[in-house]
Amino acid sequence: MSNMIHMSYEVPPGDFTRAGEASSNLKSSLKKMGVNPEIVRKVAIAMYEGEINMVIHATGGKIDVVVSPEEIEMVLKDQGPGIANIELAMQAGYSTAPDNIRNLGFGAGMGLPNMKKYSDEFKIESTVGVGTTVTMKVKME
Amino acid sequence: MKLYDLVQDGCFKVLNEGSTSEREILAPYCCDLLSVAMGRMPADSAWVTVMGNVNTLAVASLADAACIILAEGSHLDEPALNKAKQQDITVFETEMPIFDAAFLIYQKLHA
Ligand SMILES: Nc1ncnc2c1ncn2[C@@H]1O[C@H](COP(=O)(O)OP(=O)(O)OP(=O)(O)O)[C@@H](O)[C@H]1O
Ligand SMILES: [Mg+2]
Repeated sequence: MSNMIHMSYEVPPGDFTRAGEASSNLKSSLKKMGVNPEIVRKVAIAMYEGEINMVIHATGGKIDVVVSPEEIEMVLKDQGPGIANIELAMQAGYSTAPDNIRNLGFGAGMGLPNMKKYSDEFKIESTVGVGTTVTMKVKME
Repeated sequence: MKLYDLVQDGCFKVLNEGSTSEREILAPYCCDLLSVAMGRMPADSAWVTVMGNVNTLAVASLADAACIILAEGSHLDEPALNKAKQQDITVFETEMPIFDAAFLIYQKLHA
């Protein structure tokens, strides 16, 4: 459909100075499109948490975004180690982040709960040894 | 209080001044854990923290903080300073403890 806009971002592995670039780029694109600032903020927060998880816990990955008049859909796909126990990973405070990552301010175990909180639809699929795919939708209204 | 007023005030050292000085500061917010701040910091906060790395800048920008105040004598590292310039984020630093810095802002907002 012509009134849908697709955007794709590569998230490079292990690069903390660049982590967040995809979210920043999406944020400025949405602003330029005139999307309501509160919606933009929700998308930016949800996407950043997913993007940073791909860098910290996986080996980077790919993010596909579709903007339609009704909603913004983000699909974050990585080929990292996967998550053995999703229910546990979703708990506020659960984190396997190593010390060097915690020293940067990560590791509160709030990333996945934030993604759920700031998206209107949230789905996470993961297979150990294969990778993780997170799908989030934020409604326009 | 506008960001401009805080820059003029001189109570905190200005490390980078963005072009957004007309922006209103609504409240101080304190937290050093990035994803807690990301999830709970209201938009337009003056974010008082000791974490001065690039990820602090990313969170401030994505969660719409009005500015960052690095307290307890912490500094921005080189990549973070570049990111502040690039992302147009106003950053201050101070030797004050986190509470004192946040309380000072609170007092200015409620003066
Ligand atoms: N893409 C992923 N691949 C593999 N494991 C993941 C992925 N995303 C999250 N996890 C696992 O789920 C846990 C919880 O993730 P969450 O984002 O909530 O917290 P965190 O990243 O550890 O810390 P924070 O996000 O608060 O800085 C992680 O510690 C990790 O074990
Ligand atoms: Mg996380």
